[in-house]
Parts: sequence; structure tokens; C-alpha cells
Amino acid sequence: MKLLFYYLLYPGFVFASVIGLLSVWIDRKVSARIQWRYGPPWFQGFADIGKLLYKEVIIPKEASRSGFMLAPLFGLASVTLGVTILGVSSINLSASFIGDIIVVYYLFTIPAIALVYTGSTSGNPLSSVGVSREIKLLLSYDLPMVILIVMVATKVQGFSIQSITQFQRINGPIILHWYGVIGFIISIFCIQAKLGRVPFDLAEAETELGSGILMEFSGAVLAAYELSQAIMLFGLPFFIIILFWGGVSGGIGILWAILKYLLIMVLLILLKNTNPRLRIDQAMKYFWGWMTGGAILAGILAYFGV
Amino acid sequence: MDILKKSFKKSIWIFHLSTAACNGCDIEVLELLTPRYDIERFGIKLVGSPRHADALLVCGAINAHSKPRLLEVYRQVPKPCLVVAFGSCACSSGIFRESYSIVGPLDKVLKEVDPNPNIVYIPGCPPKPEAMIEGIIMGLEAL
Ligand code: SF4
Repeated sequence: MKLLFYYLLYPGFVFASVIGLLSVWIDRKVSARIQWRYGPPWFQGFADIGKLLYKEVIIPKEASRSGFMLAPLFGLASVTLGVTILGVSSINLSASFIGDIIVVYYLFTIPAIALVYTGSTSGNPLSSVGVSREIKLLLSYDLPMVILIVMVATKVQGFSIQSITQFQRINGPIILHWYGVIGFIISIFCIQAKLGRVPFDLAEAETELGSGILMEFSGAVLAAYELSQAIMLFGLPFFIIILFWGGVSGGIGILWAILKYLLIMVLLILLKNTNPRLRIDQAMKYFWGWMTGGAILAGILAYFGV
Repeated sequence: MDILKKSFKKSIWIFHLSTAACNGCDIEVLELLTPRYDIERFGIKLVGSPRHADALLVCGAINAHSKPRLLEVYRQVPKPCLVVAFGSCACSSGIFRESYSIVGPLDKVLKEVDPNPNIVYIPGCPPKPEAMIEGIIMGLEAL
């Protein structure tokens, strides 16, 4: 019963989607203000989801019916689970288990895999170009991010949210060290790619592929995708905060967590509004070259404790 | 259901389709995205795929070549959807009316596949941005 409450209400589905959709609004509003526009009203994210639920769902002729409908729901369920584990075990440390940081990271990868499945089953040629790009992007940003997670875990000697948070409570946040700064910057780029936002929106590429991988999505299927994207927009910065920035503690700590979250959001939005889209080969070179090199450097610095 | 319908009116995604326009209307559409007329205030945005669209913005008189494409795209848009006849050409064939290749204004063509489409007419050659915003908002209210 309690687990169901955690999963469905707080900090799971309802809470995460409300915060996520509000962050989508912040994202669109701040982007609009950067371009000197007025921007959408605060309920825009909710209206979009409601609208998509109201519309008809069209399933392509070639697609397998159940797969096309279920894969986005599967992605949504797994990000919700990821956010729930993060939320519960960062507030109540004793609920944390060994390896949960890895579990959460891979739960956040499942929406991308579901997206690849749905995109390739739709039988649209533009979607299949998007699918190939999404897979390549997945391979490229996973490498530096996993190196960083392993770095933090070896530093704090434990693969759980509990050990990471306790280490940072005793020794101060990891971001105060050089290796933490490098790791934080790299992970900002990685989550930007994981969220599929500009400059790494190659799979969608609205002006180039006409929505690419999402081309055949309509109605509720698109709503499930958008909702999981919104929950990820809440979950991934939160993940970074836990990993590098001391996590969340009760009381006044919640306020700090909100401020940290907003700061990461601002970084993500600035990154989105100041960069053009990369080509896929540039993106791969970028992640496997600079970012992986930086992550390894951060690992070496962490070994020496700088 | 009521709240879903209300949110439909607050979030219209537009797919822009050019069917033998002189390109004047196509260029004018972009004005809606500029800081001065910013249409995202009403939750309206342009999308790249007809599957995501709630409104089909059709510019231009329809000729024999573009008619099958228009009907195909109209079938691909999930219903309910709004069709915007944008510019005098789409409303009434405009200055191309007597031309040999023109098969008719938008409403006549659309009625071949759907007897009861929701069409908003925005006349003008090309329409002013204020007229476009007013037309779309009025069309939403009538829905
Ligand atoms: S209405 Fe005027 S501007 Fe628009 S397509 Fe027709 S001729 Fe061109």
C-alpha cells in the first residue's frame, strides 16, 4: 500500500509529472524571454497533455498494434519508477539499497529504448533515420556518464545513494573539488543529450527530418512520450544533484534543492538557446573524444583527491 | 471530457502546408513566430509532422498537382482537427481563379473526402498577422 502511494502519488507519478510539466513551462517561457517573446501561460504543459489525450490515435499499417501502443507506456512506467527510487531513498536514506544509482540510471535509459522500438516499428523512412541517430547518440553519451558514476562510486566507496549522500554530508559536496566541477559540467552535457534537446536533438530534428523518430506518434502515444520526457526533465537534474551536489536533506534543505534544480535548469536552457544542432558524427566525436577524455581526467583527479 | 476539450483549445499545434501558393502567404506565416506577434502566447506552435497537428494551415489555390497531396495530408491528421484556409487563394482561388490548372478553393476540395470539415477562412492577400491571430482564435471559439 505504501509502495503504491510512493509510486503513484509522491514522489512518483503525480508529483513528478506536475513538477516536470511545470519545468517544461519554465523551459519554454525562459526560452521565449531570451528571444524577446512573451511565451506560453503556466498551464501550457498540462494543456498539451490533455489535448493529446483528447485526440484520435492513429496506428501505422506496418506497425505492430500492441507494441506501438505499449512501448511508450513502458518507458513512462520505468521513468516513474526511477524518480520514485530517487525521491524515496534521497529523503529516507535507510530505504537506499546497494546499486540503486545504477538501477536508476538504467531506468532512465529505458524510454530511449522504447522510443527506438516505437520509431522503428512505425515503418516511416524519416523515423528510421531518426532511430539510427538515437541509437548512436545513446551509445555516445552513455560512456562518459557511466565513467562519472563509477568515479563517484569509487570515491565514496559504495554504489548506493546512501553512501554518496553520507560521504557528501561529512566531506562537503563533490562539486567543491576540481574533479567534481569537471564531472558536473560533463554530466550537464550528457543529460542534455539524454533529454534529446538542442544541440543534441538529432533524432527529432524538426526542421530537418520533420520530427524524425516521433513522426508517426499521435494522440495518447505522443502524450505518454511527452509525459515521460517531462518526468525525465525533473529526474535527471535531481540525479545530478544527488551525484555531485550533496543531495537533498529535510527542512530548509528542500529549499536549497529547489534552488540547485533551478540553477541546473537555467544551464540547460542557456545551452539549448545558444547552440545550433550538431551533426551525428560531430556529436559522437564530441562525446567519445572531449567528454570521455574529461571524464577520465576527472577520475584521475579524484584518485589524487584534488 | 470537458477539460480535455478545453485544453484542446489552449494548445493548438499547426502543420503548415503550401498548395500552389505564390509563396506570399508562406512567408507571412513566419511573422506569427516573431517577438511582436508571438503566437506561443496562445499555446500555438508549428510542428513538423501532420500526425502531431491539430490544425492544418493551407496556403494557396489548389491545383491538380497538389490536390492529391492535400487530401493525403488531411487524412493523416488525427481528428478532431481544424483547417485554416489561409489567404484569398485558399478561400476562393483568388487571382488564380480562371486558371486552367486550378481545381477549386479549399472547402470544395476537402468536401470530397470529409463532408463536414471545420474550416476557418482568413481572407487577404496575404492576410495581416492580426487577421491571422483573430481568425484562428475565432475558429477555436466556434469549435
Ligand atoms: S493569397 Fe495572395 S499572397 Fe497568398 S498565396 Fe494567394 S496570391 Fe499569394
